[in-house]
Amino acid sequence: MSVLIFIDNAGDHIRKASQEVLSYGAKVAEQLGTTAEGIILGTVTYDLTTLGKYGVKKIHQVKDESLNQLDTQVYTKVIAQVAEATGAQVLIFSNNVDGKAIAPRLSARLKAGLVSGAVALPDTTEGFVVRKNVFSGKAFADIAVNTAIKIVSLSPNAYKIVTGDGTAEVVNFNATVETSKIKVTSVTKASGEILLTEAEIVVSAGRGLKGPENWGMVEELAKVLHAATACSRPVADAHWRPHNEHVGQTGYAIAPNLYIAIGISGAIQHLAGVNRSKVIVVINKDPEAPFFKAADYGIVGDAFEIIPKFTAAITKMKG
Amino acid sequence: MKILVCISKTPDTTAKIAFTDNNTKFDVNGVQWIINPYDEWYALVRAIELKEADASTVIHLITVGGPDADPIIRKALALGGDEAIRVNAESSDSYFIAMQIAAIVKQGAYDLVLAGKETIDYNGSSIGGMISELSDYPYVALATKFELAGTKATITREIEGGEEVCEAALPLTVSCQKGMAEARIPNMRGIMAARTKPLKVVEPITADTLTRVAGFVLPPAKAGVKLVPADNVEELVRLLHEEAKAI
Ligand SMILES: Cc1cc2nc3c(=O)[nH]c(=O)nc-3n(C[C@H](O)[C@H](O)[C@H](O)COP(=O)(O)OP(=O)(O)OC[C@H]3O[C@@H](n4cnc5c(N)ncnc54)[C@H](O)[C@@H]3O)c2cc1C
Repeated sequence: MSVLIFIDNAGDHIRKASQEVLSYGAKVAEQLGTTAEGIILGTVTYDLTTLGKYGVKKIHQVKDESLNQLDTQVYTKVIAQVAEATGAQVLIFSNNVDGKAIAPRLSARLKAGLVSGAVALPDTTEGFVVRKNVFSGKAFADIAVNTAIKIVSLSPNAYKIVTGDGTAEVVNFNATVETSKIKVTSVTKASGEILLTEAEIVVSAGRGLKGPENWGMVEELAKVLHAATACSRPVADAHWRPHNEHVGQTGYAIAPNLYIAIGISGAIQHLAGVNRSKVIVVINKDPEAPFFKAADYGIVGDAFEIIPKFTAAITKMKG
Repeated sequence: MKILVCISKTPDTTAKIAFTDNNTKFDVNGVQWIINPYDEWYALVRAIELKEADASTVIHLITVGGPDADPIIRKALALGGDEAIRVNAESSDSYFIAMQIAAIVKQGAYDLVLAGKETIDYNGSSIGGMISELSDYPYVALATKFELAGTKATITREIEGGEEVCEAALPLTVSCQKGMAEARIPNMRGIMAARTKPLKVVEPITADTLTRVAGFVLPPAKAGVKLVPADNVEELVRLLHEEAKAI
């Protein structure tokens, strides 16, 4: 019996989303009176024993280089072998890109009920009930899992990372690894950038910015705040900004600590993707903009005047 | 080539989100229903484009739902697709739904199964992965581009902080998101044609449900906005730093 936590293979570092699931999984194990163990597929260049600080006692590594490429069909079979051998009772993923690809497949293979997009620890007082996002952040649902084995995928930025001073024992797991039917031909990664879904602070701008040539000041503001940049849907549709910055009901759903919305009206579909942000700041020249109703702080005024002042004031504060 | 496109009925994006029966049921009162945007804009339209490029392509649509899903599936047929199948069952459990679709995939021996990346109501992102496993198809999740040459597909998919291009032979399941295709509006010819396209209703196979909705909760309302004058941006920075502790 154990809680088995899936650690994304990011190669040379551990993702924030993985730190969150390790912390969350350790707490779930404590709640269930069992141990938390990690699983990682493929090889990495950092020392996995250090991950013990998030509360895992043991990490099962399937050291097969072919697994450095994520293929859901191959991964599912390998994870199922580890889950069976370790008697995993609960499996935990991040509901990020990797988790969304693997967890449902594994759920079907193990016939284990899946709660995707969890935002809280399971309630284990009576059964196993987990709160998750529904209606793109406009509500939550409490999902009861009926099966012996349970899978939870945790929303990024929904659980605080907890660290202690443990170290983990890394054990090599000899799994049968199939050959992938999918051949990866190229990988493009934006290096050094802050992932939008993991970012603590997000600076987002909408049609009020008038055109792509005006995004320089938005990027500067984001830079001084170490923030990721985002945009509204029409901005992405008009190709002023890349698709992967589009937040809202039909884009990314995010939950940063601070969301700064500039020149965005606050349409219901936009709010759906961002209303789980802890603090919302709205800058809009229209005092009637609906976004002000969802905001914690606001300035009614012209973005083109306010953004540079905002950047300067933050730079000054940070000294 | 035979393509199966998964179509889900979801509340309109402007629908009021409220619950009844002691917060255990979604309140459908006055709700307008739409095709889940990811299914419509990306999965379905891409399938239609593939058929436009190769007229021998056959597109079937599948939905799992009650008779109230028929207008939605007709609307999807108005955009394109040759025929539709509705599995006559209602469930909020992804595994149950995936079992129904996988049964159709096996019967129809589809070369390509397309699903939206998630539905905008349950946000599960689960159906594509589950049907792939249940029908033992390779699966590419969160695809932003899909090209086909013979039976070889070239797919661009999202990875954490970037994208990846990969190749795979059919059969294959793909979940679709922005980038795949541009949304279309059905035209009069399509709407007329949809009326006579076959919509087969089949009864569900026996399948377990693994999860159950115990209840719904609405997020707490915001306390109200604190406005800062436009000529005092320093004050906003101070509040964010000292009061909100957000920077
Ligand atoms: C099915 C569906 C799904 C959708 N999904 C999404 C989604 O996921 N995400 C999303 O964002 N939208 C989505 N939308 C679109 C949504 O309804 C809005 O149209 C969109 O969010 C508006 O974008 P915007 O706020 O940038 O532009 P606008 O609505 O045009 O607002 C621009 C704002 O900028 C302000 N402004 C203008 N000039 C200045 C200035 N100089 N200084 C300060 N403020 C200024 C204006 O007062 C206004 O409030 C969806 C719509 C539908 C129908």
